[in-house]
Amino acid sequence: MEIESLTSEKIRILIDQGEASASEICQAFIKRIEKCNPDVEALLHFDPEFALKQAKCIDRIKEAGDPLPELVAVPMVIKDNLLIRGLRCTCGSRNLENFVAPYNATVIDRLEAAGVIFLGKANLDEYAMGSSTENSAFRPTRNPHHTAYVPGGSSGGSAAAVAANMSVAALGSDTGGSIRQPASFCGVVGMKPTYSRVSRYGLVAFGSSLDQIGPLAHNVTDVAKILKVISGKDPRDATSLGVEVPDYPSNLGPLINGLKIGMPKQYQTSGIAQTVQAKIALSLKLLQDLGCELIEIDLPHTNYAIATYYVIAMAEASSNLARYDGVRYGLRVPGEGDLASMYRKTRDAGFGAEVKRRIMLGTFVLSSGYYDDYYLKAQQVRTLIKHDFEAAFQKVDVIISPTSPTPPFRLGEKINDPLSMYLSDIFTITANLVGIPGIVVPCGQTPDGLPVGIQIMGKHFDEQTVLNLAFAFEQAGGFTL
Amino acid sequence: MRIDRSQVDYIADLAHLVFTEEEKQQFIGKLNSILDYVEQLNELDTSGIEPTAQVVHTSEQNYSWRADQCRPTFTQEQSLTNGPETGSGHFKVPKVISEK
Repeated sequence: MEIESLTSEKIRILIDQGEASASEICQAFIKRIEKCNPDVEALLHFDPEFALKQAKCIDRIKEAGDPLPELVAVPMVIKDNLLIRGLRCTCGSRNLENFVAPYNATVIDRLEAAGVIFLGKANLDEYAMGSSTENSAFRPTRNPHHTAYVPGGSSGGSAAAVAANMSVAALGSDTGGSIRQPASFCGVVGMKPTYSRVSRYGLVAFGSSLDQIGPLAHNVTDVAKILKVISGKDPRDATSLGVEVPDYPSNLGPLINGLKIGMPKQYQTSGIAQTVQAKIALSLKLLQDLGCELIEIDLPHTNYAIATYYVIAMAEASSNLARYDGVRYGLRVPGEGDLASMYRKTRDAGFGAEVKRRIMLGTFVLSSGYYDDYYLKAQQVRTLIKHDFEAAFQKVDVIISPTSPTPPFRLGEKINDPLSMYLSDIFTITANLVGIPGIVVPCGQTPDGLPVGIQIMGKHFDEQTVLNLAFAFEQAGGFTL
Repeated sequence: MRIDRSQVDYIADLAHLVFTEEEKQQFIGKLNSILDYVEQLNELDTSGIEPTAQVVHTSEQNYSWRADQCRPTFTQEQSLTNGPETGSGHFKVPKVISEK
């Protein structure tokens, strides 16, 4: 079986026509993982028995002649900050090394009902904090296109697994670009939906006003299919909204002629690598040829986005990570007889350097005397940034930008310079601050063979327009410019 | 804003984290470079601007209401399965009240 070119559509045909069983498809991916994972290290845990058990259930549906579910036998890997009942969920942290999820995340329940086979849990930067997957407490993931390079992060394991054909699709989470930047670095499609579109129940919290779960896959159609399954109101997440979920995959089709694409003038900076710039220029040319109109737009508060994002993200992280105290779950290191020293020793041993740095900064900006100067200030600037986007979306249907100012960098290149790592998030963090959807699709490779991705952002709850443009770009050969 | 050694100690205490002397020195440098960068927010006049805490929950219809009813939840046993130290149906912790 040629697993390299498998999509959910092809898998459905194989099963429907009896050319392969779910178990056979599952076996093929197990073999692929056994071969590739030692080099790429995309997966933290991989449980063939667990995967085959799910595959057998699907084979029984087929044997019984029942209708095949929407994503029948589609193998997926899941970022290891999403709970699958009975499997470990480590968040890439020593803290949760032995934590076994007692329940399923809502997205897992929905995918399971749609026939997905979960192959394993994908590596990530500890608690999803990072842009390279080097902050995993266990091991770094490598870029399948060139193993000296990072796969991006924090959903680096999810993107690398798809890129290396160890899985047809994956789930990641995106707080400031953590689905989109690794999708760009690994040459796959990745989407962050509108905030509140997908239930976060069962996602380990990082920045609660920013976090969203989203799909990664080889093509836009599979991303649209998965998004349809995981979207919608969930009584278990009060922030998820009951806004109608369109049939994204069925609605993929021809572009509205004259679709207006916004090009933020603040994004045309000298800080973008020439190799990235060249591919973006080719992409824009292609989109013009497809009948889109390019319009320069103004996002005047762009320069303040990174500072705003990091104050908010770190404040929320320090608050969310207060729960790792060694009492109810996770690591416990005995102290000197009292509770406070147990807390300190546990948290000292459990968290890595980047996570501690963020907890420290977050605690500082929330501390008495500084709250107004930092946290409140950042939440106000967030309003200004939101107004920028609202004004821009009066004039355009979507906004296009690079994903990352640079192509993938080498392992170790930026690990000791957190500020430089944060600055490279400029094009992705605004979608989280404003809550809008964003997709990243491949748009070719650098002369060194490293992938470059382009980002399309849309209005709140307008994933469909974003997907349609991405689909048109894909159909026109945009992925291999 | 410059963070100094005594503030690092104070914040670490609030966050229940401990650092070696070397780590503290590193932190002072790295935290200050990040805070210096964040200072640029003060260039903006934000008087009278409402802070944004939730990006899409701006109207009444978006609130999530539900009836206040009992629903099935984890059993005590299930809740304790990941506890590092448990006994008699509880999480065990070291002594909280000091003898002093």
